[in-house]
Amino acid sequence: MTNNWRDIGTTDCALIMGSNAAENHPIAMKWVLRAKDKGAKIIHVDPRYTRTSTKADIYAPLRAGSDIAFLGGMIKYIIDNNLIQKEYVVNYTNAAFIVGTKYDFKDGLFSGYDPEKRAYDKKLWAIEKDEKGIPKKDPTLQHERCVYQLMKKHYARYDLDTVSSITGTPKEDLVKVYEAFAATGKPDKVGTILYSMGWTQHTVGTQYIRAGSIIQLLLGNVGMAGGGVNALRGEHNVQGSTDQALLFHIIPAYNPAPRGSDVSLEKYKEKYTPKTAEPMSVNWWQHRPKYVVSFLKSMYGANATKDNEFCYQWLPKLDDGQNASFLFMFDEMAKGKFSGFICLGMNPTCSVPNANHVRKALSKLDWMVDIDIFENETSSFWNGPGMNPKKVKTEVFLLPAAMYIEKEGSVTDSGRMLQWRFKAIDPIGESKADGQIVHELYMKVKALYEKEGGKFPEPILKLKWDYAKDGKVCPHLVAKEINGYDLTTGKLVVNFTKLKDDGTTSCGNWIYSGAYNEDGNMMARRDKADPTGIYLFPKCGFSWPVNRRILYNRASVDLNGNPWDPKRAVIKWDAVAKKWVGDVPDGPPPPMGLEGGKLPFIMKPDGVASIFGPGLADGPFPEHYEPLESPLKKNPLSPQMLNPATPLFKEHKFATSDPKFPYVATTIRLTEHWQTGLMTRYLSWLVEAQPQIFVEISEELAKEKGIKNGDMVIVSSIRGKVEAVAMVTKRLQPLKVNGRMIHQIALPWCYGWLIPKDGGESANLLTPTIGDANTLIPEYKAFMVNVEKLPKRKGR
Amino acid sequence: MNVTRRDFMKISGVAVAGATLSQLGFDLTPVQAYTAELRIKGAKETTSVCCYCSVGCGQIVHTSGGKVINIEGDPDQPTSEGSLCAKGAGAYELVTNPKRLTKVMYRAPNSSKWEVKSWDWALNEIAKRIKKSRDKSFTEKNAKGEVVNRCDGMAAIGSTHINNEECWLYQKFLRSLGLVYIEHEARL
Repeated sequence: MTNNWRDIGTTDCALIMGSNAAENHPIAMKWVLRAKDKGAKIIHVDPRYTRTSTKADIYAPLRAGSDIAFLGGMIKYIIDNNLIQKEYVVNYTNAAFIVGTKYDFKDGLFSGYDPEKRAYDKKLWAIEKDEKGIPKKDPTLQHERCVYQLMKKHYARYDLDTVSSITGTPKEDLVKVYEAFAATGKPDKVGTILYSMGWTQHTVGTQYIRAGSIIQLLLGNVGMAGGGVNALRGEHNVQGSTDQALLFHIIPAYNPAPRGSDVSLEKYKEKYTPKTAEPMSVNWWQHRPKYVVSFLKSMYGANATKDNEFCYQWLPKLDDGQNASFLFMFDEMAKGKFSGFICLGMNPTCSVPNANHVRKALSKLDWMVDIDIFENETSSFWNGPGMNPKKVKTEVFLLPAAMYIEKEGSVTDSGRMLQWRFKAIDPIGESKADGQIVHELYMKVKALYEKEGGKFPEPILKLKWDYAKDGKVCPHLVAKEINGYDLTTGKLVVNFTKLKDDGTTSCGNWIYSGAYNEDGNMMARRDKADPTGIYLFPKCGFSWPVNRRILYNRASVDLNGNPWDPKRAVIKWDAVAKKWVGDVPDGPPPPMGLEGGKLPFIMKPDGVASIFGPGLADGPFPEHYEPLESPLKKNPLSPQMLNPATPLFKEHKFATSDPKFPYVATTIRLTEHWQTGLMTRYLSWLVEAQPQIFVEISEELAKEKGIKNGDMVIVSSIRGKVEAVAMVTKRLQPLKVNGRMIHQIALPWCYGWLIPKDGGESANLLTPTIGDANTLIPEYKAFMVNVEKLPKRKGR
Repeated sequence: MNVTRRDFMKISGVAVAGATLSQLGFDLTPVQAYTAELRIKGAKETTSVCCYCSVGCGQIVHTSGGKVINIEGDPDQPTSEGSLCAKGAGAYELVTNPKRLTKVMYRAPNSSKWEVKSWDWALNEIAKRIKKSRDKSFTEKNAKGEVVNRCDGMAAIGSTHINNEECWLYQKFLRSLGLVYIEHEARL
């Protein structure tokens, strides 16, 4: 989230799209309703009329997978009706930048496309620069190659008729939504966008969020209280685990994972440290070398010296272009690449698409370690449906993990606030905290290498690992390591501004620096003081970075540092004291209009936000492409059906526009169950409320198929089948798409074969192996199925 | 008015009970307040954060004699102000669940059953397998001759369910082994 949970309560208009906040983030919905009580308009755009829709002033249905068309139409509406916040757009975004002559867009493709590689040469999308290397601009926004005009041209095709035909949203609903949200383009009006997996889980997911971001920039809503682009994330520490880089493509705090061609630390720093010729840009990532060297010092301690590149060569490196994300990982596993697999607190046999493929892949392993609080469908895959244990060679070690209240440490919410959880009791039985298990496992592996030697033992033997007291990991010592030390004094650094690239500081994760310094554990603070009156709670927990509660807050003021919206001021420049007051500003320099002033978007080398985003894999402007599996034979907007830059998994089965699978399916979540349901399906209270898998079907489709409410049906895709109870409902309505009626169905993926009895299987037996072009997040939200009534069986 | 959390609960409990029950002609208010107080009387309070979604609602865990006896919303936490959803409000049944794993389990190759094992045995055996997999698959240089120092024969996933400090230790451990196939739910 750019903003935070309580901040939602200050908005004038909330666009909830790709999220069913009322059911999946119920307590966050409280702040949506608080805003509504104060007069805010609530908009819900979703394939299904949910409990979120019931609280909305405007509900608009759409076809799953068509959001870019919907949002592209809004961009056109804002431009055509001149509803942008012009001063913001001209000064704080790259709308005025002139794009080079090699940029083009034709027939659904941007210039530079290589169909064999399914990739673009992004150099063709470069911004034109002057002799000093500063982007050329036209502040009047009239130049035919300025970003604003190119955007206007790009979205000219997204007229109401076309958008309505793609999305199935009635035209009058489109206009209602556009009008209400675009009204927040006034400087003192503000709108927020709240999204969740309905936006991320598509082949064009990243571009959904880009489209939302472009709208927020055009309306001047980023950096404002009650504004921003806000991901309602799923798991309680998903923000923290992302920050700590339990991902293949980054090392902690958003530094790129090194690649084969990054042959030395110098080359790495050179390649990944952005430079700028723009004198008014803060270009914060210029400090990357300090963060990477300090990270290496936290990894390898005194062994990391200037002479050995701070042990940079000990970090594992991917090949250039190698993708090690889930879909590739399980494909490699199925081919027998891995002998061993560690699964900590996850249930991929229910959560990864085409789950049958995952289950088979696990049987190719020699051994698997599963660390969890319950037996689960992954630990017991060898005993699952269609498996013959006698033929599964995989050894499984199932280690009992402690519960969150049985240990101490911090978690980071979706609004980037770190909170400290205290330990209530000791782990029950023989269970142990996950961190303790990792510690003991590391000590055993290290001892083996000490005793026997082995391949390249240095990174293991010389790892800095001094977090235990009497054999028990001390989370405070780890939290301090993450915060970082001044190694010359041995004191904790106050925050990341004190980090250096010469090996005299250490820091495990620079964005968390300041969370546990010499003043104490900031994450454990519980002070509810709200001095600004806009719910920033600066002494409650710690928000990264540097306790900033609203990101990009330098964009919440005009060029002289006065808030666009004085009644909800996030920061303000005090001209007398020559400093900012309010939230922790995005850097101390004065506002851009004053002497020594700096541009507002400090993480961008150009200092402004990117309406034109030439860094993404699939184009600088979001463009509508159909999901991999679509009900349409043709993309109404261009000859390109699928996102041309997303990798294909050709050995997997797909069925697009196939009469055998005529219905659009989307997967959903329930209040009472969570993710694959492993932490809820064992709970009798929750299972009583939601006992088994069901599928929501419109009354029209039910009539066509002779299905009654409560009937057992079979939902099938080309990959698998799931039995479910039919829930015949008005919540889903057929939509008129491209001239014909399209049916959509929805089913939750929080069940699995293990528990409860008769609860049903994971809906991910149905979902396709394909992901977003930038993130590879799978397309769980739009695929094609058939639904048939299941003949009555005995005992039912 | 300065109201402590417990005072607040008493007042609001009284108000709600009074409003509903007195309409029926009974006033059970004192009984309600007494029983509500009794359940957690003398219990130790520990603040926590809910383990489900990413809203980060505050919880108070009541314990007595080393056992959890109650979990409820924390009114002093500003995001949730004491509210919890159905899952968070059910956290008591999660942490006290009789089906939780309490022992190390092992399933041998081609076996049809779990066996109970000791931690020491399991950690030793796992360490041997990690070493064997790593030594067998360790790649110092890739096909282009670039130094990559990675372990190609193992993958690891997880987890959004562990604390930041645990995440940091886990990534450190995995990267020390040379793993590059590291993933977790953030990409799902």
